[in-house]
This record gives sequence, C-alpha cells and structure tokens, in this order.
Amino acid sequence: MKLSLGPILYYWDRDTVYDFYAAIAASPVDIVYLGESVCSRRHELRTDDWLDLAGMLASAGKEVVLSCQALIESESDLKALRRIAGNGLFAVEANDMGAVRLLAEAKVPFVVGPHVNVYNTQTLQLLAGLGAMRWVMPVEMSREELVSMQACRPQGMQSEVFAYGRLPLAFSARCFTARHHNLPKDDCRFSCMSDPDGLLLKTREGQPFLVLNGIQTQSAAVYNLVGEIDAMRASGVDVVRISPQSAHTAEIVQQFRTAIDDPAAAREAALRMAELMPDQSCDGYWHGRPGIEQSAAANVRNAA
Amino acid sequence: MSLELVCPAGNLPALKIAVDNGADCVYMGFKDNTNARAFPGLNFDQASAREGIRYAHAKGKKVLLALNTFPQADKWQRWQAAVDNAAELGVDAVILADPGLMQYASRTYPKLRLHLSVQGSATNYEAINFYHEHFGIQRAVIPRVLSLAQVEQVVKNTPVEIELFGFGGLCVMVEGRCSLSSYATGESPNTCGVCSPAKAVRWEQTAQGLESRLNGVLLDRYGANEKTGYPTLCKGRFEVNDETYYAIEEPTSLNTLEMLPQMMEMGIAAIKIEGRQRSPAYVEQVTKVWRAAIDAAKRAPQAYNVNPAWMAQLGKLSEGQQQTLGAYHRPWK
Repeated sequence: MKLSLGPILYYWDRDTVYDFYAAIAASPVDIVYLGESVCSRRHELRTDDWLDLAGMLASAGKEVVLSCQALIESESDLKALRRIAGNGLFAVEANDMGAVRLLAEAKVPFVVGPHVNVYNTQTLQLLAGLGAMRWVMPVEMSREELVSMQACRPQGMQSEVFAYGRLPLAFSARCFTARHHNLPKDDCRFSCMSDPDGLLLKTREGQPFLVLNGIQTQSAAVYNLVGEIDAMRASGVDVVRISPQSAHTAEIVQQFRTAIDDPAAAREAALRMAELMPDQSCDGYWHGRPGIEQSAAANVRNAA
Repeated sequence: MSLELVCPAGNLPALKIAVDNGADCVYMGFKDNTNARAFPGLNFDQASAREGIRYAHAKGKKVLLALNTFPQADKWQRWQAAVDNAAELGVDAVILADPGLMQYASRTYPKLRLHLSVQGSATNYEAINFYHEHFGIQRAVIPRVLSLAQVEQVVKNTPVEIELFGFGGLCVMVEGRCSLSSYATGESPNTCGVCSPAKAVRWEQTAQGLESRLNGVLLDRYGANEKTGYPTLCKGRFEVNDETYYAIEEPTSLNTLEMLPQMMEMGIAAIKIEGRQRSPAYVEQVTKVWRAAIDAAKRAPQAYNVNPAWMAQLGKLSEGQQQTLGAYHRPWK
C-alpha cells in the first residue's frame, strides 16, 4: 500500500507552506496532493507557486497530483480550474463534476476526489471510462461498502481511503469563520489564517464537536484508521491518505509508514500518535457507525 | 419560456391540494430511501402514486419523481427498480442525483425526461453540461449557494433548464456535499435520504432548560420563553471561542418572492417549493401565495410588488418565523 498526503485544507502563510513541503519531501510519503481545495479567496500561494512546489516534490521522487477546489461557483473559479486541468505535467484530483468534464475533454488522467459522490460501481465504471485512474471513497463510506465496491472495481482502478485527519464533512457558500468574526465573506480579512487547524466548535456542554474552516465544516475528532491497516490491505486498498495538520504531520506520516511496513508495529504506532493529534480520535464511519464514534478496540487516546 | 411552479407532495392529499391551488408540477417520492425525504409516514406506494399521477394529469399538471439519493454498491437493485417503476407509472420526469443511475435511466428509457437533483451538487455550468452531454438531462436544480449573478452566469452558458428554490427550509450547506448528519447519527441525505432523523432526536427538560439532542449530541438548550425548533444539526446553538450563538445558521426559511421578476427575466424555468415533509395545509397556503405572485409577475413584471399579505402569510409558515434571501443575496454569505 502506498501512502499519500492530501491537500492542506487550512490557510497557512506562504513560508509555512514552503517549510511544510520541504519537510514532506524528506518524509516517507509516496504521493502528494497539492493546491487550494477549499476557498478561492485564499491566495498566499498562486497556481504558479503550487506548480513550483509540485516540481520540487516530483524531483524528490514523489508522485504529485494537483487538487481542484470542491465548490466551484464563479467564472474565476472556472478559470482557475481550466488552468489546473491544462497544466500538462501533473495528474489532477477532480472534486467536482465540472472538473471531471474538463479533464475528460483534455484526456488528462485524473483522481476522483472524496467530494465527488461515488457510492456505486456503475458510477465508478463511468468515471473510469472518462479517464479516472484512482478514486478516493467518500468519507462516510464504510469498510463493508468499500468491499462491495472492490468486488467489481473497474480494471486498473486504484482505491484510496481518507485514513487520518479531521474529516471534511460539508461545504457552504457561507464562510463560518468570517461569520464568527462578524465579517462579510467578501471582506473576510482572511481571518481563517489565525486558525491553522480550524476553529473549534463545541456543544453548549463543552463537547468538542466540529471545526469551522472557512466555508468548510470538519469533524473536531481526528479520523484515525492506523489500527485498520490490515483491514484496508485485505480490502484491496491501494493508497492510504493522511490529511495535513499544522504540527507533527511528518511524524504522523512516519507512524503510518511503520504500521504499513510492519503490521506488528501498528499498535505501538497508534500509541505514539495519541500525543500527535489535535483532538480525540474517531473511526465510526469505517465501521458503518456514526462518524463521531470511536470503536473500543482501537481507541488511540484511551490506549495512551 | 413560462415559469413553472413546482410544489411538494409528501402524500396524496398534499398532491391534490397543490394541484388544486395552482401548482404546475408536483414532486413526490416512493416509500423508501430512494428519495431525500425518506421520513416515516411520508411518500407514495404504488396505488397512491398511480392515483396521484392520474389526478394531476387529468388537470393538465405534471408529476416529477425524486430518486435523488445515492444507490449504495450492494443495494443498487432498489434504485434501478425505482427507475423502472417510475417509467412504468408514466411520471413526467425523474429527479436524479447519481451519475450511474442517470446512465441506466437514459439508456433504458431514452424517452424518460431527466432532471438533475439539487443533491447532484452542480454549482457551475461545466458540471451541468457534463450531465447534459452524458445523459441528456433537461433541467437542473441548483444548490442554494449561488448568488443571483452567479445563477445568471449558469443560465447563459447551458442549454439545460434551470430550476431554483423559492421557498422553504434552507440548507446552508451545498446539497449532496454534507455529511454532518451521518457524522452524528450514521444517516445522511446522500445515503439514507434523511438529515438529523427524528428517531435520533431526544428532548429533555433539565434544570438548565429544555434540551434537544441528536444521538446524544447537545444541539440546543432553550430558556422558558424561547421558541423551540426542529433540531436540525446545522441550526443549533454552539460555543465558539466562549461565545454561544447560531454558529452555522439560524432557524430560518428561504423566501425569494421579491426576486421573482429578476428570476423570470434571466430565464429561470421553474421555482421549487421545499417541504414534502410539511402538512397539506402548509402546501395549500404556500402554493396559493406563489401562484398569485407568479401570475402577478407574468402579467406586469415592471409593476410587480411583493404584496404584504403574501409575506405575512409565508412568515407564519416559516421556520422560527424568520425569512432570508439566502445566498441569492450576497451579504448573507
């Protein structure tokens, strides 16, 4: 199984992003997804900067995929999308059917991202025929459903599972971070930059519940399937995805690498990760349960 | 092109009332999770679907069938059978979200008219044209996230008819791209056709007030004089940086009556009223108001004014008695 690093979902300043990928270049990750997939207003890095980083990572031996924005609304969003689709060098992760259309037209091999709704083989076959080479299953999909999908997966289609990080659960036209600061979205003052792991939302009894990340809403708990590596392997998963966080990402990558290479070390890796996560872990979706739940056997935080 | 009024039919009485009070089309679903209002006690079995279609067609009105959840791998057959059933019943169009199912429908029933559901999350013309090229969809329902200017851009760049939400419950998230409900309860609109399902809701009177919980997660707590609302996950009050407020969205309804002439001017094909889960009395009142408004706007678009009586009527039917223009109006974002 290969290890991938998903796109950075938060808004970090330019230097931080460059430093982050310098560390990633030296980490044991195989595939790196790059680009702004959440909000078109974020501009610390321009498309040329992302392409620059892509070149650096490729020369460090990483497979690079450019990720498209999930919510594409305006003509300028489409313009940015066309530029990425036509980049001519790197594969692209489509997170919207508009992107699928452009990539299929350009005959560029593409990855079907987690925000394109693929819940059945018929849809996956259709996308395979249009040039999809890999698909990331929707975060709410269970292992059991994945196994059904794998039973008749299109020839050559790789499967990828979002296996670590706060879950991207929803997108809106509204910016919840700007709303928190009583700012209009058009004059958001890029307030999401002060929350490198998102803005925590708790229930009125103090339970960490969600994280506001601009127009995206995430889980507060960290989805962590490090204890399910064997199950993923048995289900024919080709790529295991880690979603970046502001601290310890390279260490998380290392722990997953250890667990993939040596199943006997998986439990120890889980224990070490307890200290590296921004919040408690969850794994409900994988087990066909509410996403927020954590199965008893693999409770990373409790195990620590 | 003539603007159509598309009204919700959660059951046969609601369907008949919508037809009798001025709906051009009604939309309905079967009694299972093949549609996004898979609520207990709602929707149509074979006999009521047949009678509903007969009733609407006899009065020259259309019936649209929502099959707008995503078939899951091992349960594909249920959705395929629902398409077969819809074609056999003679509905005027099916409203689909899943590309695999659209492919099946377009290949098996080339004459069956296809609408792209709002659950298909198409927020730009490239996406809509994708569905048009591959499956020949003739209409798309746009998620409630675009501004009116963005909608206009879509209309100008696609041959597909555009349907907009005009009134009713407001999804603050892009439809088809929200898993908040399954995160808390295991059931989402995409997979199960429900959001914040009633069976996961608990109300409890406590020393701190009346509490609403969704599968144990506290969504809100009400003081003695506060009005309660249905505990939809995104419309609860939460704490962010020690501030307690409606962090995602207030309990409010979408109401775009005042934008009607602009929508007609830009060539919108249909206005959709949300609310298959609402009562026939609700459907009757909302349909009457919107029929009157559309007729007034068609008669004299320049002279169109929102009648205060319409707003008062709709206000009473709105969630939390609040109304918004939603994303159509830029400052909402």
